[in-house]
Amino acid sequence: MASEMTRRRLLVAVAAGSALAACERMAVGSGFLESLGRWNARVDRFLFGPARLAGELPPAATTPGNAFPSYFISDDMPFPPAGWTLKVGGLVARPTTFSLDQLQQMTRIDMRVRHHCVEGWSAVASWHGVRLREIAEAVGADPHAGYVEFRSFDSGYWSSWDRESALHKQTLLAYGMDGENLMPDHGAPVRVYSAVKLGYKMVKYLTEVNFLAEPSGGYWEDQGYEWFGGV
Amino acid sequence: MEAADADSQWKGRRAQPFLIRLAHWLNVPLLLIMAGSGLQIFSAYPALGARGALYGWYPWQGKAPPTWLRFGGWLAGARHWHFALGWFLIGNGIIYLIYMGARGEWRRRMFLPGRDSRNAVLMMAYYLRLRRAAPPIDFYNGLQRLAYSSVIFLALVEVLSGLAIYKPVQLWWLEVLFGGYDSARAIHLIGLGLLGLFTLVHLVLVALHPRAIIEMITGGKRG
Repeated sequence: MASEMTRRRLLVAVAAGSALAACERMAVGSGFLESLGRWNARVDRFLFGPARLAGELPPAATTPGNAFPSYFISDDMPFPPAGWTLKVGGLVARPTTFSLDQLQQMTRIDMRVRHHCVEGWSAVASWHGVRLREIAEAVGADPHAGYVEFRSFDSGYWSSWDRESALHKQTLLAYGMDGENLMPDHGAPVRVYSAVKLGYKMVKYLTEVNFLAEPSGGYWEDQGYEWFGGV
Repeated sequence: MEAADADSQWKGRRAQPFLIRLAHWLNVPLLLIMAGSGLQIFSAYPALGARGALYGWYPWQGKAPPTWLRFGGWLAGARHWHFALGWFLIGNGIIYLIYMGARGEWRRRMFLPGRDSRNAVLMMAYYLRLRRAAPPIDFYNGLQRLAYSSVIFLALVEVLSGLAIYKPVQLWWLEVLFGGYDSARAIHLIGLGLLGLFTLVHLVLVALHPRAIIEMITGGKRG
């Protein structure tokens, strides 16, 4: 119990630290906003219920395909390198490389939930893929790895998450959207999709998943956007 | 209008006690920054309704508010300002409401339909020049009480709809209360428009009755 409390306090401190680091790079950064940013990171984490599920939506709620926005940070649309694989490593018992086939042989989960972008828009699609939770069990993720980092082949776009959100039941490594294979504009062959995070946390064009003891920031997070980014 | 015991309640009390004045003036910078950062956030997607399902009734789809109305520089900066000062606005509101409750101030400030409806209608008739004389006015007239009570309700709607779009999944019950994420976001913006409208009318009326401004600064004479 005591060690659990210590760990929690440490996790909070580390999360707050990363929020602080993000704020320092902000043009409008000031001591005041940094302190409140740390406070809000704690609120964000406090409000997150690991077992709370986002409401699933009916097919009629689906956003028409071309109206669901997509973006990447590379100049041109990133396409997967030949022989693409997903490396899962870091603090795990069995670092593993998965092919798309292997991922597709694991338990397929389908969910249709609302997407919340930091810009304020929302959109709805159904996504299918494998729960990150199942991958974590397959590779034997260390219980002390409080963070999970996602890396991509989109000019190095990345994000790091708290373990609880990453292992949420509605966090998938998605290889399909609206019943079809994932298209390149939405992050093919595999992307992170979750009902509990803002869009910029859901890394597309996935290449690596690493279980870590410390958060490693993120592409937008390091420019000033909230690190936790829960919804 | 006031009963004898109520009269004695205000004995020695200023028209605008210190805490009311403090809360009132703190609202000026807080609301300005909340509105400005809110409009900066809105500018990232200056439309209402979900992608592919924009609301037909909103006439300014895709039109961002002018730069001079925005605050925070960019989306992430504005979000930090908005989520930082939101706590102070909520705190200011809670202290104000507790004070009003504890000191009985709500009795002379809030709109009580049984007491104030008739007075509000007569006051409106007077303003519209349908009546020559103003109805008897005690501390505030019925219309003032209606306006000041409505704006507190509006502030509550702004806070709750804001929380609904801040955490639509974790605070799902707030999202439901406002009819979904995009609806809550539209209500949050409409609320801002109504707050702006209130402020405009408020400024015109206090300019016509400058004694109200003096009292909100000095507190006024003790009753």
